[in-house]
Amino acid sequence: MAKHSTGKKRDGVRGSQARTFAAFVRKEFLHVVRDKRTMLIVLAMPVVQVALFGFALSTEIRNVNVAVLAPHYDETVRRIVERMDASDYFTVTSILHSDSDVDRAFQGGTADMVMAFGGGFDDVYTVEGTDIQLIADATNTNTATATVMYASGIIADCLSEGSPQERATGVQPEIRMLYNPQMKSSYSFVPGVMGLIIILICAMMTSVSIVREKETGTMELLLVSPMKPMMIIISKMMPYLVLSFIDFLIITLLSVTLLDVPMQGSFGVLCLLALLYITAALSLGLLISTRVESQMAAMLVSGMVLMVPSMFFSGMMFPVESMPLFFQWLSKMLPPTWFIIGVKKLMIEGLPAVYVAKEIAILTAMAAVLIAASLKNFKHRLK
Amino acid sequence: MANDNVIEAVGLTKRFGTFTAVDHISFSVGRGEIFGFLGANGAGKTTAMRMLCGLSRPTEGGAIVAGCNIVSQPEGVKRNIGYMSQRFSLYEDLSVKENIRLFAGIYRVKEREIAPRTETVLKRLGIYDERDTQVKRLPLGWKQKLAFSVAIFHEPKIVFLDEPTGGVDPVARRQFWEMIYEAVERGITVFVTTHYMDEAEYCDRVSIMVDGRIGALDTPGNLKWLYGAETMDEVFFRIARGAKRGE
Amino acid sequence: MILRYLLEKEFKQFFRNPFLPKLVVAFPILVMLVIPWIMTMDIKNIGLTVVNHDSGSAAETLIRKLESSSYFELDGVEQDYNRALTALEYSETDAIMEIPAGFEKQLLAEGGAPVQVSINAVNDTKGTLGASYLSALCAEFSREFAAGNAQAMSATVPNIEIVTQNRYNPYQDYKIFMIPALMVLVLLWLGGFLPALNIVGEKEKGTIEQINITPVSKFMFIFAKLIPYWVMGLLVLTVCMLLTWAVYGLVPQGSVWVIYLFSILFIFAVSGFGLIVSNYSDTMQQAMFVMFFFMLIFMLMSGLLTPLRSMPEWAQYFTVINPPRYYIEMMRLVYLKGGTLADLQTQLWALVAIDAVLGTWAVMSYRKRD
Repeated sequence: MAKHSTGKKRDGVRGSQARTFAAFVRKEFLHVVRDKRTMLIVLAMPVVQVALFGFALSTEIRNVNVAVLAPHYDETVRRIVERMDASDYFTVTSILHSDSDVDRAFQGGTADMVMAFGGGFDDVYTVEGTDIQLIADATNTNTATATVMYASGIIADCLSEGSPQERATGVQPEIRMLYNPQMKSSYSFVPGVMGLIIILICAMMTSVSIVREKETGTMELLLVSPMKPMMIIISKMMPYLVLSFIDFLIITLLSVTLLDVPMQGSFGVLCLLALLYITAALSLGLLISTRVESQMAAMLVSGMVLMVPSMFFSGMMFPVESMPLFFQWLSKMLPPTWFIIGVKKLMIEGLPAVYVAKEIAILTAMAAVLIAASLKNFKHRLK
Repeated sequence: MANDNVIEAVGLTKRFGTFTAVDHISFSVGRGEIFGFLGANGAGKTTAMRMLCGLSRPTEGGAIVAGCNIVSQPEGVKRNIGYMSQRFSLYEDLSVKENIRLFAGIYRVKEREIAPRTETVLKRLGIYDERDTQVKRLPLGWKQKLAFSVAIFHEPKIVFLDEPTGGVDPVARRQFWEMIYEAVERGITVFVTTHYMDEAEYCDRVSIMVDGRIGALDTPGNLKWLYGAETMDEVFFRIARGAKRGE
Repeated sequence: MILRYLLEKEFKQFFRNPFLPKLVVAFPILVMLVIPWIMTMDIKNIGLTVVNHDSGSAAETLIRKLESSSYFELDGVEQDYNRALTALEYSETDAIMEIPAGFEKQLLAEGGAPVQVSINAVNDTKGTLGASYLSALCAEFSREFAAGNAQAMSATVPNIEIVTQNRYNPYQDYKIFMIPALMVLVLLWLGGFLPALNIVGEKEKGTIEQINITPVSKFMFIFAKLIPYWVMGLLVLTVCMLLTWAVYGLVPQGSVWVIYLFSILFIFAVSGFGLIVSNYSDTMQQAMFVMFFFMLIFMLMSGLLTPLRSMPEWAQYFTVINPPRYYIEMMRLVYLKGGTLADLQTQLWALVAIDAVLGTWAVMSYRKRD
């Protein structure tokens, strides 16, 4: 409820306006902060997400279950199987006896890959040679590709040990992983998590809280108060601005301390980027609130048109380059995309500020357009 | 029940932390009576009423309502009472007919009885033509009449009305009280809280709550005589003046 | 039967909502038609810049080989590493391959020669796969080169062929992996969020008071709230499966009835959870926020996006109580690999147990009396 006790007439004195504004902001803060459950989640969400993305989620290939199908279980086969089992990637779980066991092993979950050996193996070095079939569960194509690559590598290593010539052959790529030498998945997730949480708090919470006042009729009460309507809206946004910025700081801090994200770029520029993005998200929230009548609609609209796209289209989880062209364009229209690219450059690649000039320019333009659109809409609704 | 009382409250108390909202109140209400429950805002009326309805568990004391103990058999209480709250609480997105049907069903009114009785009730209320209108489109006065009809549709032994006539004009209030009298004629006991002192005059007996206790309890006539007052308004002011809890 | 009247009410309210029916129809259709195209982790067209210091034909052949594969896209050939690095910093290219001077000579003389590769690995999947593709292409090049220059080469390569068979998804289409999981996502979101907003919505409107005063039992009330989501969920699932068949030509390899059986259990679990959140919440905003928090955890810890087995042990223990985990395992097994109920005993009983707990909790947490 609106318990503003400013009975003053609109006297045009700037000082009193500023005081009233401060009183409004305080009221809105109390409103949000008193909701203990929401506060807890606002503060716990970044921590839990960083922990999950940093420590629990990984696309690394580990503990792949391998079943072996070998008609002649000879010395060479045994050596390869042992070598596979010894690696971190693979666990040899069972020995199959016939082709028909292969499907059973996949369906029963005992195998992710079946290694089927061809005929007599001791003639590896003869002209006819022999073959090994790597049957991968290719439902997850990425895992399958990587699994097969690793397995081929291990088999090749194993065989070359017994080869008459131990020297490396062919073109030997010496690969360096830039910016992420330990291949941590968390690096690509951190900017995405920021983008998501900021959208959630700013756009969704703002739109819902404004619509709630419309629904309960307290908005009318606020609008007849001596404050300018715009100031009322801005004071409603302040808590969410502050909270989302705190969350942004928490994520940055945890990423650097716990996940060892390098954070080599300028912190000031990073904050600027975050503030621009927060502004854009808040304006989006206001825009939605002027368009819908119920809290449920506000939530679902911001859920559908903001959350889902910012999760899927912004390159947080899926690379934008692999999308069909149309969706690549669509993704370029969304603020989170640019925010995420900018954060990646600054935090992880550690590039100097000039490299994010483009992202900053685009986000500024987006924020400006959104503010203008939402204000125009809001004023229009008041008439 | 042996003594024909529909409500028998003994030492009913509710505390929220250190605040005692209702402080050891005892009273009884007889069958067919219109019992007025008066008091300033915050005097504890609604809390007391919620306890009697089985919506809130007393901290101390207890009551027998319609033959059931409110502490140990709250669901039994609910089967035998009707309730209408100050916050209008029918489903706005259901039609007049659908709301009646829903609550009739919940109170186990037989399926084949629901339709004819709905028709009778709506005709008596004069809103039969609006039977398929969604409740949110009705004027407030009609909503209140409808809510009352829903509350007594299953012929409860007692109906609790929590400020049933707030926000409507005197004509609508008058019509509402005519409905209350009709219900009483059918043997339903009425327990009503109100702010309007003219409505207090319509009650058989009134109790006036002050700071969680019962400040006075008698017929309107006796109270006026006792306090030497012309109207119930005056009686109320005399008693409530000593209140410590302000609005 | 009181249930019948309560259900009539729930369904009428659902259909009269100006927003919900549209959402329930549009959301699954949009998700099933749009997201599979986005949710592709097939890494293709990795931008490659070559810094070539060798003028021989072997280097040329290697570059052409990489260029012609579908994995790489040649962004340019530079003479200077630093210029290539600048391009990489500006995200104009993803990887740099540096071919040293004397590459061909060394290859012919010693049978092997190094090339330096730098990949932008901020996205680790892209890094790993890029490296793997590049190694594979180099190996292929080496074999062809060795065959073409047999007399000049002195090395003996073990004569063993490694053949790969991609079972269940021969064309390596990532969409196929994601589609059954998307159905889980649709059910998780609709089946979780809508109930979460339901009871708390009645609290905000005040209608819950009028229900609390009636003798309707807690169990009955919660049950009447759940059934519509069951019906909705099963209908949505059917729509999703039909769309999948029509658009992607994908049909379940196993029994449809197993899918429905698990769906019934799964919807019960998520809707039950939604109702629990709703019971504990005071405002819709709160309910939604709490739901988002848990939904994200449920989703991330379910094996939907990253393999369960890649998680550390503590995280894997947590997934034991995560309903979507079992449902996704079932979906992928039955849809893609033709698994049967016999293969799914663990998942089945785990879901039953979770349902029992959540169902009881949902009924207990609904308070008719304060």
